[in-house]
Amino acid sequence: MDISREELLDIYHTMQKIRLFESKVRDLAVAGEIPGFVHVSIGEEASAAGVCAALRQTDRITSTHRGHGHLIAKGGRLDRMMAEIFGKRTGYCKGKGGSMHIVDYSLGILGANGIVGGGLPIAAGSGLAAVITGKDDVTAAFFGDGASNEGTFHESLNLAAVWKLPVIFVCENNGFGEFTPMATVTSVTDIAVRAQAYGIPGHIVDGNDVLEVFKYTSEAVARARAGEGPTLLECKTYRWEGHVVGEAAFLGEEAYRTKSEVEAWKLKCPLIRFQKWCAETGKISTAELQRIVADTEKELADAIEFARASELPDVSEVTDDVYAP
Amino acid sequence: MPQLNFIQAINTALAEEMERDPLTFLMGEDVILSAFGATKGLIDKFGPKRVRNTPISEAGFVGAAVGAAMAGTRPICEVEFASFFYCAFDQVCNQAAKLRYMSGGQATMPITFRAVFGAMGGAAAQHSETVYAQFLSVPGLKLVVPSGPSDMKGLLKSAIRDNNPVIVFEHGGLGRLKEEVPGGDHLVPLGKAAIKREGKNVTLVAIGAMVPKAMKVADKLAKENISVEVLDPRTLIPLDEDAILASVEKTNRVVIADEGHLRGGAAADIAAIVADKGFDFLDAPVRRVTSLDVPIPFSPPLEKAAIADEARIEAAIRDVVGR
Ligand SMILES: Cc1ncc(C[n+]2csc(CCOP(=O)(O)OP(=O)(O)O)c2C)c(N)n1
Repeated sequence: MDISREELLDIYHTMQKIRLFESKVRDLAVAGEIPGFVHVSIGEEASAAGVCAALRQTDRITSTHRGHGHLIAKGGRLDRMMAEIFGKRTGYCKGKGGSMHIVDYSLGILGANGIVGGGLPIAAGSGLAAVITGKDDVTAAFFGDGASNEGTFHESLNLAAVWKLPVIFVCENNGFGEFTPMATVTSVTDIAVRAQAYGIPGHIVDGNDVLEVFKYTSEAVARARAGEGPTLLECKTYRWEGHVVGEAAFLGEEAYRTKSEVEAWKLKCPLIRFQKWCAETGKISTAELQRIVADTEKELADAIEFARASELPDVSEVTDDVYAP
Repeated sequence: MPQLNFIQAINTALAEEMERDPLTFLMGEDVILSAFGATKGLIDKFGPKRVRNTPISEAGFVGAAVGAAMAGTRPICEVEFASFFYCAFDQVCNQAAKLRYMSGGQATMPITFRAVFGAMGGAAAQHSETVYAQFLSVPGLKLVVPSGPSDMKGLLKSAIRDNNPVIVFEHGGLGRLKEEVPGGDHLVPLGKAAIKREGKNVTLVAIGAMVPKAMKVADKLAKENISVEVLDPRTLIPLDEDAILASVEKTNRVVIADEGHLRGGAAADIAAIVADKGFDFLDAPVRRVTSLDVPIPFSPPLEKAAIADEARIEAAIRDVVGR
């Protein structure tokens, strides 16, 4: 596969940022320092990092309620994300969106979304805009296995297929929609096969292998840029944490999955897997990877300081931004 | 009488009605484990045939509830957060609400929809909305907004026994509120308002989570000899217009408090009814206290600023009573 050292370092940096940022966000949520619902994607870092590594800045993404990783991978700044999660006016959305709704137009982040399946038609529309304006930008839509049962999934795939839109549909299949195991509510074992119904390619990808994700995404990007239309990628992965931070308090432990299942998946950690690959191939030294961890820790500490020190919005701002001028 | 919170009241009502009528069944996202606890444990009593986790597909499963109702069962269909109704709007408004009418009375639609609504602390705009106003101009639906555990149980039981699509809106901020709830067949009829507190200077019509706030304001103002009558309509369709007008005839003043938006909201609707049918009773303009016309923001100070609160209710009352 054609991938530079620079790109490899970036990929690892992205995965570290997601892992450390979300671990911290989880702790802050448990400590009651963050309002609202918090969903983290710890364990799923490879799909966000691998997909976005194959995109450029002018490409766009849509994301989900579990979106921190996607936003970070697309270049979202930790300080402004953290400030938003704290509800501060220095946050990406001036404190009006919070964890589930972060947007950064300058980076092509069309938004995390609190509505499951809400981002898919938006991604199709973003692809359509690229076609209409004659740009070869592509749009990647992240969504879960659960979202693939929403009507929006089917309508968006059909539309993108029939109009050959430059869209990559990225299903992060972590096996659950909230607390419901996928198998009990989904008619197929592999979401990727649903691509057949719309006449587009569908691939099952090891979602814990960032390089495999990168490879399949790069192919889908090339296809999309060439005007050949959308691709459906299904990244098989697993979330280590609960659906929402704090769920054990009301559900109890092991309400819908066993500890040993979680432990088994932790052995497939995408970061450790990447480290091993680096060691085996000699592409990146352990020292370099460690330096990335240290840099990320510093970046994160600064982000938290920034968020804590930032002001809450003034209540006079409550009616701002309802309508465009 | 047992003390129950809002969630326990829902759970009890569901269990009792499912026990009573084998044609009832529960469907929705994660109703087996239950995020809010309202459906917790029902799987153990009624089994997987009658307690069903649906795919995350609001249009799909709301439509399925419509079909199941037309085919002779009585679905109780949970739509988690009420904002998700937007994903299923066609099924609720074009199908569930209209098919009886359009089939000349052939179809019967005994569906109970349940959904959590309202600001509950940083849930942001897509999970905090008060959406019942969006259904006010959809004939064929009934809308229920309980303000406490006892009414919750009684209204939900009536909703389940009703032969029409009824949406029961459960405020997410009321979950822990406790009160005595009658056991057994405690039914609160749909379309009957409750006077939660008698008074003579002003009628305060309060909806849902505004009722506890209204009671506090009324307590406070009583110390200054401003006597506030708190009226809880309990159901928005049918609406107990007679009770509202009778109260206004007695007090000659009215303030309407609602967590919905100002434009096109439930408060607007009630204000219009009072102006239309009770104009001669009024000694002061009708005042509405609602949330601001903004999507509900995430950040705590902004969320608080957006939602109608006790201070605003109090100010509106002082305004109409001239003190
Ligand atoms: C339209 C809609 N329905 C339901 C929900 C509640 N909800 C939030 S996340 C979630 C599960 C989503 O599962 P999946 O798409 O597989 O994503 P995952 O959480 O596994 O990443 C549900 C049901 C919602 N936010 N929006």
